[in-house]
Amino acid sequence: MSIKIKLFASLAESLQRREATLDYVDGMTVRSVWAEVSEGAPFPSGVMMAVNMAYCEADATLNDGDEVAYFPPVTGG
Amino acid sequence: MAVEIYDKPFNPWHELQQYQSKHAELLGKYGATAVFVGSMRDFNEDEDVHAMTLEHYPGMTERHLEEICSEANQRWDLIEILVIHRVGDLQPGDPIVLVAVWSAHRAAAFEASRHVMEDLKTRAPFWKKEMLSQGHRWVAKNSPGTTSNNS
Repeated sequence: MSIKIKLFASLAESLQRREATLDYVDGMTVRSVWAEVSEGAPFPSGVMMAVNMAYCEADATLNDGDEVAYFPPVTGG
Repeated sequence: MAVEIYDKPFNPWHELQQYQSKHAELLGKYGATAVFVGSMRDFNEDEDVHAMTLEHYPGMTERHLEEICSEANQRWDLIEILVIHRVGDLQPGDPIVLVAVWSAHRAAAFEASRHVMEDLKTRAPFWKKEMLSQGHRWVAKNSPGTTSNNS
């Protein structure tokens, strides 16, 4: 019963971690997981989010075993 | 259709030649090949850039690049698409991305290659970190894909 969290680029640097695992709790959302993993840091403006590698909104609800990712705007190419 | 992520330098012209040789059965089917190569500059936002690190989200990046190519395939009448993107440590001049589109006629190849490139810029999870004379910075956003005359 857990959620896997991934952080990338400047977000990983600022939080000084790239991965985390949280116990799954019914009703968890992408926003509520951020509050836990960031230890209260405000939700960054412009942050992009994905659940199981598909883009999502902050109010997306999670299921047990999901992988949640947070990252800044993409800058490839 | 092929999507590749390379963690070592690559030669886009060699890759193109190899890809065309591998698909020799298509010779004569396509009349247009549109190619975009993006490479690393040694300057950005009025600063010298000495090196760059490209980070990506393994799995999600490939998935989104494949989606972008599939969408282009549905929208235009295309014969082949090849996308190669670098990750890891780059030096100025190193190729970052290759987008090549083959079609029977030029309009589809021109339009689809631009579309794939612009979609890649906004949807594919890659991030650039630039090494400057003093310290480093993450690129906050990509430059626009149109010139001021066209915007």
